[in-house]
Amino acid sequence: MTAKTMTTPKIHPAAARLHAAAAARILVIDGAMGTMIQRHKLSEEDYRGDRFKDWHRDVKGNNDLLVLTRPDIIRDIHAQYLAAGADIVETNTFNAQTISMADYGMEEIAREINVAAARLAREACDAAMAKDPSRPRFVAGAVGPTNRTASISPDVNNPSYRNVTFEDLRIAYKEQVEGLIEGGSDVILIETIFDTLNAKAAGVATLEAFESMGVTLPIMISGTITDRSGRTLSGQTPTAFWYSMRHLRPFSIGLNCALGADLMRPHLAEIATVADACVSAYPNAGLPNAMGEYDETPHEMACQIEAWAKDGLVNIVGGCCGSTPDHIRHVAEHVAKFKPRTLPVIAPRMRLSGLEPFVAA
Amino acid sequence: MTTTSGSSFINVGERTNVTGSAKFRKLIEQGDYQAALTVARQQVEAGAQIIDVNMDEGLLDSERAMTTFLNMIASEPDISRVPIMIDSSKWTVIEAGLRCVQGKPIVNSISMKEGEDAFLEQAKKILRYGAAVVVMAFDEKGQADTRDRKVEICTRAYELLTEKIGFPPEDIIFDPNIFAVATGIEEHNNYGVDFIEATREIKRRFPLVHISGGVSNLSFSFRGNEPVREAMHSVFLYHAIKAGMDMGIVNAGQLTVYDNIPAALRELVEDVVLNRRPDATDRLLEAAPRFKGEGAKRKEADLTWRETTVAERLKHALVHGITEFIEVDTEEARQLAEKPLHVIEGPLMDGMNVVGDLFGAGKMFLPQVVKSARVMKQAVAYLQPYLEAEKRASGLIEMPPKGKIVMATVKGDVHDIGKNIVGVVLQCNNYEVIDLGVMVSAQKILDAARAEKADIIGLSGLITPSLDEMCFVAAEMEREGFDVPLLIGGATTSRVHTAVKISPNYKRNQAIYVTDASRAVGVVSSLLSETDRAGYIENIRQDYTRAREAHLRSDAQKRRITLADARANAFAVDWKKTRIRKPDLIGTRTFVDYDLAELQRYIDWTPFFQTWELQGRYPRILDDNVVGAEARRLFADAQAMLGRMIAEKWVSARAIIGFWPANSVGDDIEVYADETRQSPIATLHTLRQQMARENARDRAHTALADFIAPKSTGIADYIGGFAVTAGLGEEEALARHTTATDDYSRIMLKALCDRLAEAFAERMHERVRKEFWGYIKGERLTTEELIAEKYVGIRPAPGYPAQPDHTEKATLWSLMDVERSAGISLTESFAMWPGASVSGVYFSHPDSHYFGVGRIERDQVEDYARRKGWSIAECERWLAPVLNYDPSTLREKAA
Repeated sequence: MTAKTMTTPKIHPAAARLHAAAAARILVIDGAMGTMIQRHKLSEEDYRGDRFKDWHRDVKGNNDLLVLTRPDIIRDIHAQYLAAGADIVETNTFNAQTISMADYGMEEIAREINVAAARLAREACDAAMAKDPSRPRFVAGAVGPTNRTASISPDVNNPSYRNVTFEDLRIAYKEQVEGLIEGGSDVILIETIFDTLNAKAAGVATLEAFESMGVTLPIMISGTITDRSGRTLSGQTPTAFWYSMRHLRPFSIGLNCALGADLMRPHLAEIATVADACVSAYPNAGLPNAMGEYDETPHEMACQIEAWAKDGLVNIVGGCCGSTPDHIRHVAEHVAKFKPRTLPVIAPRMRLSGLEPFVAA
Repeated sequence: MTTTSGSSFINVGERTNVTGSAKFRKLIEQGDYQAALTVARQQVEAGAQIIDVNMDEGLLDSERAMTTFLNMIASEPDISRVPIMIDSSKWTVIEAGLRCVQGKPIVNSISMKEGEDAFLEQAKKILRYGAAVVVMAFDEKGQADTRDRKVEICTRAYELLTEKIGFPPEDIIFDPNIFAVATGIEEHNNYGVDFIEATREIKRRFPLVHISGGVSNLSFSFRGNEPVREAMHSVFLYHAIKAGMDMGIVNAGQLTVYDNIPAALRELVEDVVLNRRPDATDRLLEAAPRFKGEGAKRKEADLTWRETTVAERLKHALVHGITEFIEVDTEEARQLAEKPLHVIEGPLMDGMNVVGDLFGAGKMFLPQVVKSARVMKQAVAYLQPYLEAEKRASGLIEMPPKGKIVMATVKGDVHDIGKNIVGVVLQCNNYEVIDLGVMVSAQKILDAARAEKADIIGLSGLITPSLDEMCFVAAEMEREGFDVPLLIGGATTSRVHTAVKISPNYKRNQAIYVTDASRAVGVVSSLLSETDRAGYIENIRQDYTRAREAHLRSDAQKRRITLADARANAFAVDWKKTRIRKPDLIGTRTFVDYDLAELQRYIDWTPFFQTWELQGRYPRILDDNVVGAEARRLFADAQAMLGRMIAEKWVSARAIIGFWPANSVGDDIEVYADETRQSPIATLHTLRQQMARENARDRAHTALADFIAPKSTGIADYIGGFAVTAGLGEEEALARHTTATDDYSRIMLKALCDRLAEAFAERMHERVRKEFWGYIKGERLTTEELIAEKYVGIRPAPGYPAQPDHTEKATLWSLMDVERSAGISLTESFAMWPGASVSGVYFSHPDSHYFGVGRIERDQVEDYARRKGWSIAECERWLAPVLNYDPSTLREKAA
């Protein structure tokens, strides 16, 4: 029997550019959005703007809303990160799905926020590319974990209870991803995954959105190891987490948030050995100090990330909580001279997982 | 607690299935999910690698029950650590299950019974949810019963899945339907054979897929007669696994070992399962009642030691390694003791202390200690339920072990005989050993050590790249803040390497080289002793500091000459006078299922005794004053097992050899497809000796390339290659003929496979000289002469002294397609799997000889890197054991 070629979906031009860029160098993803927004010390009124001045609930802290009420600030933050050397900027949509927006009673505008956020990032990237056409920049439509977990019970006395289901998540995420695609995202980034089941729902939703929107974009996946046990909040090891997600055939897999670069390393190294996708890592700027501030300096953070690049562990690096354009500039400079990690060839084996990986012999 | 890498057969736990377990069904019907969880937990504890969850019961709300139970499991890390098999005949129930598991599960099952569209729709969803899938051999016409129908349906399903929706073949598990045999209906008689043969054909067509089945269906007509049913399952699995079945929903705890089935019953059952005679069913039906009451009776030999007290008997059994009466005696001791724990603390530990003393005094030898450990394990296993019952009753904690050691063979390495021996010796001294198996990554070792709160970590490795991996593990321990001793052992490890390369990576505590298993207990007990520890470690530190200094000094003496000078003094062959014979065989030839009996006489037994740490040359060792008696016993056991291995084909041997035109170019050997000798199809790289000699003219600076005629001479020369294994089926044989606790037999079996592989290489080389290359047709050498390498020509192996670069194996592998032709694969560190394999290159020149390259200088590393297409760093990594300099210090100086 001859091996017939599978029907390959039409490759999106942005996807082709992204693969080419990733083959050539270590890509840099931007840093924290929240940290940058905080610098503006915005008031309730700033958040509301004109459109929501009579909204029935407080909306201060709904950072994603700012893409509608203060687009100038968000666009400027994107521009700062691009100027600092970021190849990929994330849309300001970490909480922009109906489940999280319910906190503000803003489920109705969830999709609109995604479209607007992707457009802002698109404009900023297009502007940067107009300045330097030799260097492509990418909009990553950011899909966060929501504020609920599908595989952990919030009720100690009833371990089978869930306050969100796979279907709730799938529906909310599908709407979000459709908005992100409409606004012009190049990539869908499912990030800060602390419960893999939520991410699997996001995965199904993303594939469905691709189908409904008639495009196929690269998918980036980024999990979160919450503590030194080396597991996700829902208990999976990094390898088990990869086995749970690899059916999406993502462009990249990696880790972000919760840990600083030093503590993230062993888990990252584990993923780098098992994953035949690009590896991404964007740690926090250290761990929060007693005041809840991140005080790892740009230089310190960049040196630690440089070691990953030097050891061939990463393809994409950047920053999460506490990082700033200054951090990203240092990171970009420090990794520029290193080659991206070579993707290992992984033998085809049935690779399953529970909390731990299982590989059929 | 030992997690040894058993057979590759995947056990799926079947008890959390309402259709298969009445007990589980009742619990679910009553809504007692907590108790139902216990059933799941027991399965995982009993070794189920995956648990099957099935809620298909007419009166149940199956979707809800599936959701509730899987959500409950998600809250139990002991259970949810393993993958789930979501088992239902209803798609809605499967989908409900898929929405509850964060891991990657298996769906069991889908089929084409409702046509291709529904089948593909479901498969596509499964792909999106991220799961492997069991596909039943079922189509629009019904369930497949014959071999041909099974194969036809699975082929169609495979093509649809892989070609239409890109389903990964390795995630497809076919269930070609196991139906009941011996039902009295003639058409059913061949059902077992149909499954086995379909399995063989499906695996041949689609090697990446898996084959599974519900084994208990087979014996349906013998309900109520468990011994016969178990025998049927066992016989069936034995044959089906050989044909390629690699997964089963079975109650693993209940399976009898194939070999332990009474011969008469086995014969009858085999007739039925394999449909060997028309009256097979009648004969088994007639005989079945006789086996119902578990009739195996043992003849008790009237031995005098049986007349002593129970404590004496236990001691005798431990010291002499006799398992025959151990359970009876343990039970008797238990009844006499106040608490079951006292049996362990009292007579059993007394007995083991005697063993320990005798071992320490050199009056017992390793094989005996391993046998003693087997007896001890069996006794403790017998007491386990009582201990647990008492623990539950009184809340008491069982006797704490003296310490916990996490051990592993490091990543990239598959060799574990030595490590297993160390594990057994430690266990019988009441240390708890967590054996993580082979090819274990640093992170996994450290995770396990942390999770288990290990007192000591032990690393083992045989091939040279493992040395670097050990340095890496040590560095990771330092970085992650570990503060426990690190033991280093295995064939290539050494005190000096540990002192010079490993210790400096791990300063917080101490890395310690352990010479052999007999030292392990001493080292561990010193390390864990409150009083001795500090002094012991201090001594090691001083010793290692001295070793490092001595190494540095000798480094200075290790003068090397330049590569250019070495080449100028290459081994000179007068090519004009050499008559080169063209091999009778050009190209490759594969040998499948090579006759093991033929290999027997080629076995070199000396290394076998070294495996067991008995020093001395065979056959003199058998008459040795000190170890002779033990060596004789060991040899007799080995002969007995070897006899069965050969007669019953426990393992199969395969080989591939190949010969090609070749010429040397510098230190490389170009291999050509034909006599035109145009562009090479491969290049074999060789390394040259660089040691400075008092008088350079004394001896040449040899490289293997010197034994092949240079291209510039225009002389047609040839080279050969080979890869042989005697380890195919070794894992299966381990599973079938040994029990997980019987380390003596396991180690014996592995050691014998190794010996057979070496013997195979010897025999094949002989045939090459006489038949396939044919350059010495009339050679007549005895086994002793062969072992003493008295033959003409050589067969150096990559990774050994004449060519220390393991990666050269990759060239042989691609030249001969070894993985496919001989079934031997290479790990990331270029170790061969199965481990009982040998590969190398044949040289026929009468002056060719074995030599050691020794350490090489940086100029050759640079040259070699260029020839291999490597970076210098890569080159230094692969050649680390033979570098004559420390690359890190060089780099520091350069920086």
